[in-house]
Amino acid sequence: MPFPDRIERTVEIAHPPAKVWAALTTADGLSSWFGKEVAIDLRPGGLASMRWDSGHTADMRVERVEEPTVFGFTWHIYGLPEGDPRRTYVEFTLEPAAAGTRLTVVESGFAQLPEDGYRTAYDGNTQGWASELGELVEYLDAAA
Amino acid sequence: MPQPDNEATAEQVFAALADPSRRAILAALASGGPTTATDLAGRLPITRQAIAKHLGLLAEAGLVTAEPGERRRVRYRLRSAPMQVAQQFLAAMARDWDSPLEALKDHLDRGAR
Repeated sequence: MPFPDRIERTVEIAHPPAKVWAALTTADGLSSWFGKEVAIDLRPGGLASMRWDSGHTADMRVERVEEPTVFGFTWHIYGLPEGDPRRTYVEFTLEPAAAGTRLTVVESGFAQLPEDGYRTAYDGNTQGWASELGELVEYLDAAA
Repeated sequence: MPQPDNEATAEQVFAALADPSRRAILAALASGGPTTATDLAGRLPITRQAIAKHLGLLAEAGLVTAEPGERRRVRYRLRSAPMQVAQQFLAAMARDWDSPLEALKDHLDRGAR
């Protein structure tokens, strides 16, 4: 029973790569099929964000921009705590095809292990709420 | 890339969660914080003996840790690290790329003149 690390899908799209590229990499394009409110700074290291009506948000970091063939970003693993450094990497690859564009999306990194340093920090953190609440009480006592 | 550690952890978490009594114990620790086996027995419709057995199994799986509590009684605390590994597994199962890709196609087709 393997722990899945990678998800891959390929679709044929009846439009040229330039159009698909715009739909994937611009705020206007992304907001018409993916997120609801989208902001994107399209350069390696640039930040992007999407917000949905449900209130769910995604913060992405752009990693690869090779117009019009490769667009990659990392984002947070859904369900892990806010500060968790584990992120999956999503890469879109566009290839010209007879029908228009062959688009492949690969998302990888689901099975990554926490780094050792982080694991230690993490285990220390299980005391987190108890000690934070303790600090809050001390702070309020001192302020009284 | 296979990650045997993650796989073993996920297996332990899902085996633990497959039992309703153990789910109830973990849920009680998650919602109410660290507590003793006696307190859990008072709150849940599970015998003290069964609680002790389940807590032993959960501790072995790394899902709870035993720590000294007041009046020399052992308190049990939920350990969320293995839960997060199981969550990574669920995140891969729950990731839906099919719907967004369909939406992308629809969007481009609508825009075509």
